[in-house]
Amino acid sequence: MTNWFEDVAELTHKGQIKVPYTWSVGEVGSRFLVALRDQKRILGNRCGQCRTVFVPPRNRCGKCFGEIHEWIELGDEGIVTAHTIVRYNHPIQPTPTPFAYAIVKLDGADVGFIHIIKEDLGRLKNGVRVKARFSESRRGHILDIDSFTII
Amino acid sequence: MARRVAIVGTGQTYHRSQRLDVNGRELISEAVIRCLEDCEVSIKDVDAIVIGNMDHFESINYVDAWSVEGSGGHMKPIMKVTTGGTTGTSVAIAAYYHVASGLFDRVLAIGWEKNSESDTSAAIITCSDPIWDRFSYAGAIPSLATEASAYMEQYGVTQEDAARVAVRERAHAGNNPYAHLRKPITIEDVMNSPMLAYPIKLLDVCPRTDGACAVVFAAEGVAEKIALTPAWIKSTSVRHSTTWFGDVDYNTGLVSLTRASKEAFEKTGIRESVEEIDVCELYLPYSYAGLKWIEAIGFCGPGEGPRFVSEGNTDMGGKLPVNPSGGVMSTNCIGATGLIRVAEAAIQIMGKAEKRQVPDVKTAFVTGFGGCWWSDAMVLGKKKPL
Amino acid sequence: MERIAIVGVGQTKYEARKRGEIFYDMVYEVTDKAMKDAGFTLGDIDNVITVSNDFWDGRTISCMAVQEVAGAHDKNVSTVEGDGSFGAFYGAMRVLGGFGTTLVVAHSKGSEGDSKVITNAMFDPIYHRPLGLDAISSSALQANVYMERSGVTEEEFAHVSVKNHANAKNNPYAQLPMELTVDDVMRSKRIADPLRLLDCSPVSDGAAAIIIANEERAGKALKPPIWIKGVAHCSDAYFLGDRDLGDPRSLRDASQRAYAMAGVSDPLHEIDIVELYDAFSYMEPLWLEGMGFCDAGQGGKMVERGITTVDGELPVNPSGGVLSAHPVLVAGLARIIEVTLQLRSEASARQIDGAKTGLAHGINGPCGQSHCVWILGKE
Repeated sequence: MTNWFEDVAELTHKGQIKVPYTWSVGEVGSRFLVALRDQKRILGNRCGQCRTVFVPPRNRCGKCFGEIHEWIELGDEGIVTAHTIVRYNHPIQPTPTPFAYAIVKLDGADVGFIHIIKEDLGRLKNGVRVKARFSESRRGHILDIDSFTII
Repeated sequence: MARRVAIVGTGQTYHRSQRLDVNGRELISEAVIRCLEDCEVSIKDVDAIVIGNMDHFESINYVDAWSVEGSGGHMKPIMKVTTGGTTGTSVAIAAYYHVASGLFDRVLAIGWEKNSESDTSAAIITCSDPIWDRFSYAGAIPSLATEASAYMEQYGVTQEDAARVAVRERAHAGNNPYAHLRKPITIEDVMNSPMLAYPIKLLDVCPRTDGACAVVFAAEGVAEKIALTPAWIKSTSVRHSTTWFGDVDYNTGLVSLTRASKEAFEKTGIRESVEEIDVCELYLPYSYAGLKWIEAIGFCGPGEGPRFVSEGNTDMGGKLPVNPSGGVMSTNCIGATGLIRVAEAAIQIMGKAEKRQVPDVKTAFVTGFGGCWWSDAMVLGKKKPL
Repeated sequence: MERIAIVGVGQTKYEARKRGEIFYDMVYEVTDKAMKDAGFTLGDIDNVITVSNDFWDGRTISCMAVQEVAGAHDKNVSTVEGDGSFGAFYGAMRVLGGFGTTLVVAHSKGSEGDSKVITNAMFDPIYHRPLGLDAISSSALQANVYMERSGVTEEEFAHVSVKNHANAKNNPYAQLPMELTVDDVMRSKRIADPLRLLDCSPVSDGAAAIIIANEERAGKALKPPIWIKGVAHCSDAYFLGDRDLGDPRSLRDASQRAYAMAGVSDPLHEIDIVELYDAFSYMEPLWLEGMGFCDAGQGGKMVERGITTVDGELPVNPSGGVLSAHPVLVAGLARIIEVTLQLRSEASARQIDGAKTGLAHGINGPCGQSHCVWILGKE
């Protein structure tokens, strides 16, 4: 068999899976996002069994598998427990690089909350205190918190 | 030597066209909790989990990872199995093998879909080969319509014959509190519904549904302690051969179903299927399947489907009731659909089907359909297999 | 557990871009190779498990592309969507559950999609996806936690990259054989701190297949069987903020259960070779800790002291690892294949002398949320 494929430009077809999505936030998640939108407050909730305070709040504790009913208002400040400064650009990112992802232990929460830090990256290290900066226009979305700023 | 395996508990959501009140994980947990309550098994006693759905219906990659809070999979073995429309039956069969292998005693099978979150057609279109099939045989309806029109021509079957199946499914769904579409319909309703692709009309096809189903499979020795009447898995069989829609012979019966059924029957020694099976939960995504595919299984001869159905054999109280649950045409949360068939068959054996109960079920037969004209088959029984 | 074994293996060369082969061709190639390796024909394959992912393949019901070429025509078949090590585990269950043999095959063409969009889709669509997280940036967070926790350094991560790319020079299937220095790695482009370009695995195309058999059928195979002594999987919580990213506890759980099945009580002394899923350099020391080869926080030292080189006490990734070829989904199966080849003494220039027991490992989900651990043995 002659290897004719060596001499031709291979054919490729471009495509994209174009499906619109509408994700349900659910009752518990909606309460969290509505509080961000309308009151600029960050809510968590506490598992009645293991006492873990979750943020974002859940309807059910993954570990105990029981329903969660107790709501807690968390601070809008916290401590960075992990971070990375991102150096590559991609359209999935909400802001131009360099920016940082940080896991923030919000005051009053037992789990980390992931968000972005845009400024002052030279001062960013684990252990620094950060504060949520809310967006001017809010729509009940995780980016109603524009980012966290280093205090 | 494979261990014997039985279903000991089932749980479903109340299936609806749209569940805006819950996210996907929360929907899953509703079915899981209902299932665990049904068999009084604690999540702590579940040894492993198998979950399935179709990625592009919700755009969640790695659903096994994402679902952990809803499935109860926190610090447990969890695996995702997905094969298109047959996903639910594939998940059930995977849970069966988890237990049969001897490695896990209690395994939770979960199928779910939140079809309202996407454009189902836009997503299913992408199951066709991107180079060869996507522009023509895209998604489910074109190939089904091809089969239906060939079948009508071959045997003189009418649209009214098919409508009779749609009417039956909806009548049965009225007895099932979990079913999505429960309003009775008539043959006229079906005939007057909008034409989608000749001869398929809106009421000839399944809806799209938000829902989840969970089933606990347990090993011999464990199952009997959990359930009064475990539903034993007697055989499973799968045929997922074809890759391109152009390779399917639409004039023949559903070959994959014929072969899967034959294997499932042979493994359990079923010779006279109509006599020996007490109830069926068949994956019938459209009305014509309720005629032609029962021929493929061997319940009647080629072209005899319409008469077999019109004589009432497949109705509640008939010789071989088909889909007491209302079937796929009443509820179709795709990744859960096959598993609902399995769960409903188990419920019939366990005698827990309430208003939709067929009396004295000893043997139940389940099928799955999906992909490129693929089929799955399972036989469940009240008596522990030899 | 009854005795079951790996009796046939096949893999493509892993490449940045397969120019001529579609999924169908790649799966045919490795199915055929695995059957020939076992001395089996199609009739000897009792059932099939395929492994694929709809996001990576750009296709709903991605398994549809490969059923026939996987030898699944008119046979029982199913599909696991996840790493090949998980697919292989289901294949093993089906042998324990009654089939004589299972063929497991995985394929992937990373070149055809956008890995950042695809891995962004594993994050929660409400809370995390809009932030733009993907496999690289989330892993960078894990690496940061790990460093903070245990004092492991970027240089120690760089040692992993140097070692594994050098190992790849002896593996004809690897994509990125490279002669590097720690300095080269440290000077490579910053991607997401602390990860640099040479800390990250490439995008790859390729396929792999194995055949698992029960004892009776294993006796009919051409090559000596490599026995499956233990296998287990486990998932941690999903939300990264809920997890202690510096403590791979689901890996610890899976490892301990796999060791218990295999009767391994002292892994460092009883296991001769490890093939683990090093999608990023930091994963190798972190996973070694989770597997119990050293105490928490000691993984970096283990690497730096040369314990994990091909001449060391515990050779890790003699194949070059995932850093040297990362066909997603296939990669875990490739780990199982490498251990099989090593235990058969068929690993040519990279052969670890006297290897009798090996560990192969795969991961699923962000930052190694879910792990699958295999213990394979010659006897």
